[in-house]
Amino acid sequence: MHVHVKRAGALIAGTLLSAPALADWTMNMSPGVTETSNQVFDLHMTILWICVVIGVVVFGVMFWSIFAHRKSKGHQPAHFHENTVVEILWTIIPFAILVIMAIPATATLVDMYDTTEAEVDIKVTGYQWRWRYEYLENPGTEGDPEFGFFSNLSTSRDEIYNRMDKNENYLLDVDNPMVVPVGKKVRLLLTANDVIHSWWVPEFAIKKDAIPGFINEVWFKVDEPGIYRGQCTELCGKDHGFMPVVVEAVPEEEYTQWAANLREAAEKERELTQKDWTLEELVERGEGVYATSCAACHGDDGSGGGPFPSLRGTPVVTEDIDAHMDIVVNGVSGTAMQAFGSQLSEADLAAVITYERNAWGNNTGEMVTPKEVFDYKNQ
Amino acid sequence: MSAVADTHAQDHHHGPAKGITRWLLTTNHKDIGSMYLIFSFAMFLLGGSMAMVIRAELFQPGLQIVEPEFFNQMTTMHGLIMVFGAVMPAFVGLANWMLPLMVGAPDMALPRMNNWSFWLLPAAFLMLVSTLFMQGGAPNFGWTFYAPLSTTYGPPSTTFFIFAIHIMGVSSIMGAINVIATILNMRAPGMTLMKMPLFVWTWLITAFLLIAVMPVLAGVVTMMLMDINFGTSFFDAAGGGDPVLFQHVFWFFGHPEVYIMILPAFGVVSHIIPAFARKKLFGYASMVYAVGAIALLSFLVWAHHMFTVGIPIFGQLFFMYATMLIAVPTGVKVFNWVATMFRGSMTFEAPMLFSVAFVILFTIGGFSGLMLAIAPADFQYHDTYFVVAHFHYVLVPGAIFGIFAAAYYWLPKWTGTMYDETLAKTHFWLSFIGMNLAFFPMHFLGLAGMPRRIPDYALQFADFNMISSIGAFMFGVTQLLFLFIVVKCARGHGEKAAAKPWEGAEGLEWTVPSPAPYHTFATPPEVK
Repeated sequence: MHVHVKRAGALIAGTLLSAPALADWTMNMSPGVTETSNQVFDLHMTILWICVVIGVVVFGVMFWSIFAHRKSKGHQPAHFHENTVVEILWTIIPFAILVIMAIPATATLVDMYDTTEAEVDIKVTGYQWRWRYEYLENPGTEGDPEFGFFSNLSTSRDEIYNRMDKNENYLLDVDNPMVVPVGKKVRLLLTANDVIHSWWVPEFAIKKDAIPGFINEVWFKVDEPGIYRGQCTELCGKDHGFMPVVVEAVPEEEYTQWAANLREAAEKERELTQKDWTLEELVERGEGVYATSCAACHGDDGSGGGPFPSLRGTPVVTEDIDAHMDIVVNGVSGTAMQAFGSQLSEADLAAVITYERNAWGNNTGEMVTPKEVFDYKNQ
Repeated sequence: MSAVADTHAQDHHHGPAKGITRWLLTTNHKDIGSMYLIFSFAMFLLGGSMAMVIRAELFQPGLQIVEPEFFNQMTTMHGLIMVFGAVMPAFVGLANWMLPLMVGAPDMALPRMNNWSFWLLPAAFLMLVSTLFMQGGAPNFGWTFYAPLSTTYGPPSTTFFIFAIHIMGVSSIMGAINVIATILNMRAPGMTLMKMPLFVWTWLITAFLLIAVMPVLAGVVTMMLMDINFGTSFFDAAGGGDPVLFQHVFWFFGHPEVYIMILPAFGVVSHIIPAFARKKLFGYASMVYAVGAIALLSFLVWAHHMFTVGIPIFGQLFFMYATMLIAVPTGVKVFNWVATMFRGSMTFEAPMLFSVAFVILFTIGGFSGLMLAIAPADFQYHDTYFVVAHFHYVLVPGAIFGIFAAAYYWLPKWTGTMYDETLAKTHFWLSFIGMNLAFFPMHFLGLAGMPRRIPDYALQFADFNMISSIGAFMFGVTQLLFLFIVVKCARGHGEKAAAKPWEGAEGLEWTVPSPAPYHTFATPPEVK
């Protein structure tokens, strides 16, 4: 209620008194933080001003006529209705303006398409409804193991459903941002796992579709360290509005250290497969995995909803354990159920399957170990 | 079959049949025109109420009223119903009523097909709307229904949606054939092509566009049907298919489609502005050529909707240049309208108000269209609210205001009664303010980075969204006033209309009495 009142107050104040301090009245594109984004901003402003000038001239003549050439003022209609010279002029002049506009646009476009000589390569895969970033081998990192991670929305459902105050980066926060070094040319290789997504960071002026079966390329070079935020911009289903893009640009040393830590963590993750797990450990780990990977469709409490089946006491999670593993690892073709075998580690797969078989009253007491999952995937 | 309505000494003709059969079995172009217009207005209210749900949810950040799943169904159905149910049938309705009257023909060339093409529409839309009540909900993948979201990941109701699209396509193609046959064969003696009224010209070109692209739409939905139900993989990458192919085929239909929705409005405005400026249309011939040029170019620009899918740079450049070229003939049209107003003797009744607003606001939509054509800048605009602002500026004050202008202009001819001018002006001003309040802030939202088709948004977008919603509610409620004005006029409450109620109007339609008798031009008039 208070929020309503405040908002309405801000709105009225903003409209009537134009008090920008109360609200964010951003009206124009941001020039961004890369050379490309600055060029794009310049193109945008040029074409905008051209439109404004043409608009002022055309509407100027029109409003002058509306004002002066009224019947109520006793104005008598003229009789002209054709003039070839004028017609030719107002065909040629706009054409010339367009040619002038096309030249810088072409130059910028050619520059944006030049993805050669990248120093960091990151494979970006769109999933319903999160991003996966995999850091590929590059000059200087040959022989190092590759690593990657998922980037999920970290805004809580309580904020979305208005049960809690929304924080400053509402809907624009993720658990694991993409980290890139400043001053390096970063190339993204974009694809998607299910439907078409689109990766956009306004401050880089980079927007490219991530399409299943295709690899698209874009590049950017950030000079200022900082956190840059964007969103998925191609309708990709239910949670299209809830898969933000966050990029953290850091100094090179920091980046190298970060990458080394992640490589080490990836190595540890692989070791987890060999570890001996207890049911409790798996359930505990599985709860977290379920929340990030499964809850969006099957619900926080496994009750499903719409086309997504319930996991509470249903045969899939209480009966044949191999069939359960098959569904989680390989997905169900022709439905929205994805193959998680390539998305999650063996430890996470085992944990989430075990969790589903023991949560919400599905007390089967059964468990799957990471080793069994590993064997299943490699049989 | 009685001869009740016939008081115009044409007693060898019969009047309308009695009761429901008049409407079910009619082959009269005026009856069918009225049915199209009424149907389209009903769809306009239905699609509009879905827009109200969308704007209510977007009034504030956070999820309040609907879940994302249903929100997506609303955006999808709103788009489909407005495009295929409101705008297109409204123009077909205007064509039915006015084309025979304008070319001096007794009826449309193919009257039985005319009846059939109308009655297919309620069937198609009944099926489309029924998907809202099906298991898994209505289509939720946007009116552009990109694969594989609409195929592999679509709800079960998608097949019904495909069938509905097929039926609408059949209806549109039959309507288009009828328009072409009427215009090419049934013009009054002496009416050469270059003497045809512009509404007739724009509809002739629109009809050819329809015949060219509706089969393409039918093709793309058939491929979807095969992918969903018969195991093919046209658009499924996992089966060797190509999701981008869908977009190429869809937009090859989709771009001409947007001109299908605007060209007849160009025609309407080209009648109304000269009538109320009391001055002949400036540059008739160049108007005709400009419409032709726009129609031809519309086949060469489809990939500007796909600048971000990763087409090769030469493709990108070609589609950028071709798209920019469209600004030239469109500019010519705007300049001609302004030159027509220049040094005229203008009055501002409702049709003129809507037409002047059309010229101004459509031009603003054209400007943002030109900005969108610049491929590098489009990377920033693409799929944001800037695009939503752009196409609503083209379609609401473009197509919809064009339809309102036409309705007020010809209502006296249809009903024999003048509409209530004060109420009509109120309708105009409320629509004008509401529409700008709703859609202008969307430009800012898009530039600031708000993607389209999202049920919830980051906090910095909150203020403009609230303004936009207020404008949308205002625009929405105002349309009930239009219903009231038309009903009042149709019931004969108002001044009696003369055969030619507008001082500066020209054309054969004003030579028959108001209301236009059930049968007109049994003997063709002579055009000099």
